[in-house]
Amino acid sequence: MQYVLKIRRRTSSAAKPYWQRFVYETDLAGATVATALSALNDRNLLTDIDGSSCTRIAWDCGCLQKKCGACAMVICGSPALACNVRLAELKAKEITVEPLRKFPVVADLIVDRSILRENLQTIRAWLTADAPASEQKNDVLYEASRCLQCGCCLEICPNFSTEGKFFGMAAMAPTTRLLTALPKAEAKMLREQYRRHVYAGCGKSLACRNVCPAGIDIEKLLVNSNALAIWKKYR
Amino acid sequence: MMTDLIIIGAGLAGLSAAITAAKQGRVCRLISLQPSERAQSVMAEGGINGALNTMGEDDSPAEHFADTMRGGVFLADPNAVKNLTDHAPDVLRMLWGLGVPFNMRGDTPVLRNFGGQKKKRTAYAKSSTGKILMNALIDEARKYETRGLIRRYAHHEFVALLLSADGAQCLGAKIYDRYTATTAKLYGAVILCSGGMNSLFPGLTTGSAANTGDVTATVFAQGVRLANLEFIQYHPTTVAIPGKRCLLSEAARGEGGRLFTLRNGEKWFFMEEKYPELGNLMPRDVVSREMVLCANAAGCDGKVYLDMTALDETVWQQKLSDLREECMRLLAKDPKTAPIEVSPGIHYFMGGIDVDENHRTSVKNLFAAGECACQYHGANRLGGNSMLGAIFGGQVAAASACAAQLQENIPEQERETRYTSRFCRMADRRITEILDPALGIFRTAEQMQAALAQLNALGDDFSEADRWHLLLAKAFLLCALNRKESRGAHTRRDYPDRDDVSYQKTTVARFDGENIQISLWELPERRAD
Ligand SMILES: Cc1cc2nc3c(=O)[nH]c(=O)nc-3n(C[C@H](O)[C@H](O)[C@H](O)COP(=O)(O)OP(=O)(O)OC[C@H]3O[C@@H](n4cnc5c(N)ncnc54)[C@H](O)[C@@H]3O)c2cc1C
Ligand code: SF4
Ligand code: SF4
Ligand code: FES
Repeated sequence: MQYVLKIRRRTSSAAKPYWQRFVYETDLAGATVATALSALNDRNLLTDIDGSSCTRIAWDCGCLQKKCGACAMVICGSPALACNVRLAELKAKEITVEPLRKFPVVADLIVDRSILRENLQTIRAWLTADAPASEQKNDVLYEASRCLQCGCCLEICPNFSTEGKFFGMAAMAPTTRLLTALPKAEAKMLREQYRRHVYAGCGKSLACRNVCPAGIDIEKLLVNSNALAIWKKYR
Repeated sequence: MMTDLIIIGAGLAGLSAAITAAKQGRVCRLISLQPSERAQSVMAEGGINGALNTMGEDDSPAEHFADTMRGGVFLADPNAVKNLTDHAPDVLRMLWGLGVPFNMRGDTPVLRNFGGQKKKRTAYAKSSTGKILMNALIDEARKYETRGLIRRYAHHEFVALLLSADGAQCLGAKIYDRYTATTAKLYGAVILCSGGMNSLFPGLTTGSAANTGDVTATVFAQGVRLANLEFIQYHPTTVAIPGKRCLLSEAARGEGGRLFTLRNGEKWFFMEEKYPELGNLMPRDVVSREMVLCANAAGCDGKVYLDMTALDETVWQQKLSDLREECMRLLAKDPKTAPIEVSPGIHYFMGGIDVDENHRTSVKNLFAAGECACQYHGANRLGGNSMLGAIFGGQVAAASACAAQLQENIPEQERETRYTSRFCRMADRRITEILDPALGIFRTAEQMQAALAQLNALGDDFSEADRWHLLLAKAFLLCALNRKESRGAHTRRDYPDRDDVSYQKTTVARFDGENIQISLWELPERRAD
């Protein structure tokens, strides 16, 4: 099969973005956008669709198995992991590939997602006491530990911006683990932070649920944490 | 002089080292190519070992020690292993206290069977154990980040060590910021936690493509000693997918999965027939070797299948749900309904940066832990011992580094090191084409010599960084050529027997600036308890 990838590029954050088209041919049944990007970069000489030579495409990857979140980008308009999107399943004539739009671009498809870590620092997302797991809490603890910090949910969320006070699902999931694990008396500060940075800003449309590549049960975690951080207070 | 600690790599080993040092009030700079969430450690699946003895099997650290030594075919440092297995239950309890949702029954973690171990000793969180552990350690590290004790450099690449003029002391490290394209020099004791050397075999390993082995290649070129490179673990159950090999965790067999090949059309469960005691759960080196031998025996068609069709519903739901999901998505196969064809693939590097039981390298004030270090696993690593070794090794390395005495005003080696950030690894592919066939499960001198000659002819058009990879690749071959016996993951067709008299020793590789020197070193003597 032959695919045309249309990639939004820029040499640095300061440079002007431009589109470049590449042709990628493969007979690998499971070939993904990540397979295509690797193969293009592995060519002795990288040329675009018109045969002009160009620089290698800057992008990030790691596991190639949707476990590390490194390769998040916007593919045919939707945020996704490049290693999780099969070329054959994309119906588009041209496959557009862009960097995530909510974060500052470093180069080509690499964006700076440091804000995710900074937000979790602001929330004070850590344990303030020993919090051994138990069989009964395990389901939620496990689900909440699976977040890849990929940022796909933030890309789609109408309420998230890097400057805003609302931190989105990428902060909700890790905070849920801690809220659930900690004894109630220890989690006061965390509950407050959760209310301010997660609960208050979320419109609950759950658009984020549909793009989460880890398939995290966002609704279940939200219900769990809202109960812990909000509702119990009024009882 | 009290300086910061510099930790290269933020997977399990790096995080563990940083947390340990920060707890002692030391400032650490935690350098990683990508944030912790992207480290290979998040990919680990099956579990982590420790003789918690919660399964009523009368398990003990002494048995964990015995299994680890036997699994490693008596090539590991016995004192280091003793320390590891004695402390393993504490490591598990520490993780548990951090809220890690291990699979549990009531209030105690359930343990599963893993290869090469006679008792249930592997704690797990379904089959995403690495991800779940990393999450807990990342949260714990964050506590110290906000106190200024752990300083993250999470898009920074290691460039080179800063060494004293005589090369015997480490003074710090030079790093490169991938976002701003600037370099910086950091001074202090250095702990290397940079993971395995996957890029020597691009596309052929189960691990992360971001674990380039650049750090190991660079420090080797700078004179740091490496050890036991010949021991490369081939995991028995992997499947090729685009760009890499996908692992089917040993948990599949731990929970009852069986290997068979078709002999004259009939299923032959060769592991169960040949090894009645441990069967499919023999150590990985044995299973991989048998797979090659049995699948190519008379009447067989060269293929091996992993049969999980007899596992019951609760196992799928509670223990292997993520493994099944992965098979369906990546392989388009449901392991519940049909056996899956598997073959051995490169999974782990037992060899690496040579360290002693305190995780000190051959260079003063330089330490190493985790998969980049050669420690604990001898000639073959047991499943579940690697995450344990990374976390515990990180703790030991940090303790050693905190105690290191740094002198002031040591003249620094003058040597301008290259920098080229690379999105393309063409050189690695050329190296692999030669290296991979020569370092398969079965090896011969002839094949390895020929590969070495081919590697010697490469390099004229390589960048400096690529030449260092080439140097490392040659060291792999020289280590393997030098070990004229078969042991663990190193099987020589021309020397099929184990030879304890000559080779129950560590292979040590050192680059003297001109040549790679290979020698055999005696193992440390086991201390009395
Ligand atoms: C699919 C899979 C399943 C596994 N399952 C298990 C299991 O069930 N049980 C078990 O015990 N083990 C398992 N392992 C092995 C285990 O996961 C690893 O050996 C272990 O996690 C290694 O941890 P580490 O901290 O040494 O390195 P890693 O987690 O690999 O981290 C390396 C770090 O170094 C950084 N780094 C690398 N190069 C550079 C550079 N040039 N500059 C700056 N930073 C750099 C990376 O960014 C990263 O932060 C598995 C491995 C794989 C691949
Ligand atoms: S539910 Fe809606 S508002 Fe809330 S995080 Fe998801 S997308 Fe954003
Ligand atoms: S919640 Fe899902 S989409 Fe959002 S960062 Fe986590 S894994 Fe990514
Ligand atoms: S490379 Fe890890 S999620 Fe795509």
